[in-house]
Amino acid sequence: MTPLARKRFTKIALNTAGVLVFLFAVFPVYWMVSTSFKANDQIFTTDFIPFPTHFTFEHVEKVLTEGVAGNSIWLYMRNSAIVALGTVLIGSVFALLAATAVARFRFKGRTSFLITLLVVQMIPSEALLIPLFLNVRRLGLYDQLLGLIVIQVGLTLPFGIWMLRTFVAAVPKSLEEAAWIDGASRFTTFWRVLFPLVAPGLVATSIFSFITAWNDLIFALILMNDSTGYTMPVALQFFFGERGTDWGAIMATSTLMTLPVIAFFLLVQRRMVSGLVAGAVKG
Amino acid sequence: MNPKLVPYVLLIPGTLVIVGLLLYPTVQMVIMSFQKVTLRVIRGAAEPEYVGFGNFEAIFGNSVFWSSLRNTVAFAAITVTLTLVLGTAVGVLLNRLSKRMSSFVIIGIMSAWAVPPVAQGTIWRWLFDAERGVINWALNLLPDWLSSLLFGRADWTGQPWLNDAWSVYLVLILTVLWSSFPFVAVSVLAGLRGIPAELYEAARVDGSTPWRTFRKITFPLLKPVFAVLTILSIIWDFKVFSQLYVLLNGPTNREAYNLSLFSFAEAFKAPPKMGTGAAIAVVLTVILLIVTAFYTRQMVKSEEVQ
Repeated sequence: MTPLARKRFTKIALNTAGVLVFLFAVFPVYWMVSTSFKANDQIFTTDFIPFPTHFTFEHVEKVLTEGVAGNSIWLYMRNSAIVALGTVLIGSVFALLAATAVARFRFKGRTSFLITLLVVQMIPSEALLIPLFLNVRRLGLYDQLLGLIVIQVGLTLPFGIWMLRTFVAAVPKSLEEAAWIDGASRFTTFWRVLFPLVAPGLVATSIFSFITAWNDLIFALILMNDSTGYTMPVALQFFFGERGTDWGAIMATSTLMTLPVIAFFLLVQRRMVSGLVAGAVKG
Repeated sequence: MNPKLVPYVLLIPGTLVIVGLLLYPTVQMVIMSFQKVTLRVIRGAAEPEYVGFGNFEAIFGNSVFWSSLRNTVAFAAITVTLTLVLGTAVGVLLNRLSKRMSSFVIIGIMSAWAVPPVAQGTIWRWLFDAERGVINWALNLLPDWLSSLLFGRADWTGQPWLNDAWSVYLVLILTVLWSSFPFVAVSVLAGLRGIPAELYEAARVDGSTPWRTFRKITFPLLKPVFAVLTILSIIWDFKVFSQLYVLLNGPTNREAYNLSLFSFAEAFKAPPKMGTGAAIAVVLTVILLIVTAFYTRQMVKSEEVQ
């Protein structure tokens, strides 16, 4: 082969591999979405129906009106959103305060705090299920969305601080010092100088926490008893009844649950990665 | 306020959360693993009874514990390896594609990565459905002789993938691999973009083969990235819960439990045995801490926490 032909061949091979990877990644997602819009006769068939030719909104409508376990999917979406947003609101304030402390100050106990942060991330949250369940009950937060929010703040905070501190550290200290010299108070310096510059990092961290809380199954499963308090992941389990499985409804609900997360991901993809591997690439 | 106190004040809420919601429960978990926690104790009507190593003896004598342990470790070993290999390969591939093509593939793999674990479970359960699943349809496309030669069967319609533990794990491996290789790929790509092009230029001039270039340039330079990716994958895959829960339709098939699901089932299925559940959780935590200890030490030694 001539060098030119070889170059062209390599290019074709690489692009083919790229398309295959794309298909492997996208097909299951596509299948979920397309099943949600297929009429039942196109779902319950042993044939392969690539596109919903009998396009229908019946499943989406059904899950939004009839729903599952006695409530509309709207209610479960709302519960999931309350838990996720509550986690983000409380968590990001706490994370920002702690991240500022470790990124901006040298103090006794700082190293111990950082090591603790690292070690607690190694403890599987699944292992804390039992004590957290009992504590939530004792605090009277059982079967309340607030109980879930509290738990999710705890689970997401160590990583939130860990990620956010690199963003705080990246803001040049001289900017704050300049504000200081101009007579700004400590709070003004924080609010007017540091905060706007850290905001993009805060958004990335918040989205991470939002997704973690939004996706949680195990804690919602044990902490919510009444069906009006179910979150989306719990509600989805109730579609798998004894009388056959309504795949149209399941896929429609899964799609509704997935869409916001995909939107967030595409929004922050670069930052997600830089945050997660920040420590490693720097060294 | 004394400026020396400022960082401590800033740390108050974070410390309270970490101590109250992570460290204290960890201690409670350890204590409970030595107790018998009955329904009356849960309701607050009785004090837990100390049973020494009773809970541990009970789980070590239970064959479900050993199959769960085997499932957990084998699943993690296989899935972490496959995820890292596939993710790295895709990362290297993305780095060689044109800008437009790589953006296209990245959007595709990001959408797989974004799917919530529960939805991952429902999707793959649907793909592997015995009667209407796409996978069985696709396997039926194979010529009968080839299918019989490879798998010993020609007709796949009705193949119940989610009945036996081994095939449940086959589906679970695929599910987790599918959703986790994108993160590895995108991270490796980010690392690769940071490597100066001159190094590859020099390797090319010296006539280095692609494999040799990978081994001598890419891998050593990306070692820290691989370390993080390996450890994160191990943590995630060791305690996989949501996907398995959906594929199994809850804690049903005991042979297919992993440690997370076993602990969950012991503690929350009637009758609740929270002491044994806690003992299983302790085992899971200890294994994870041992596996990740090396990494944690490296991180602590590095400038990261100085």
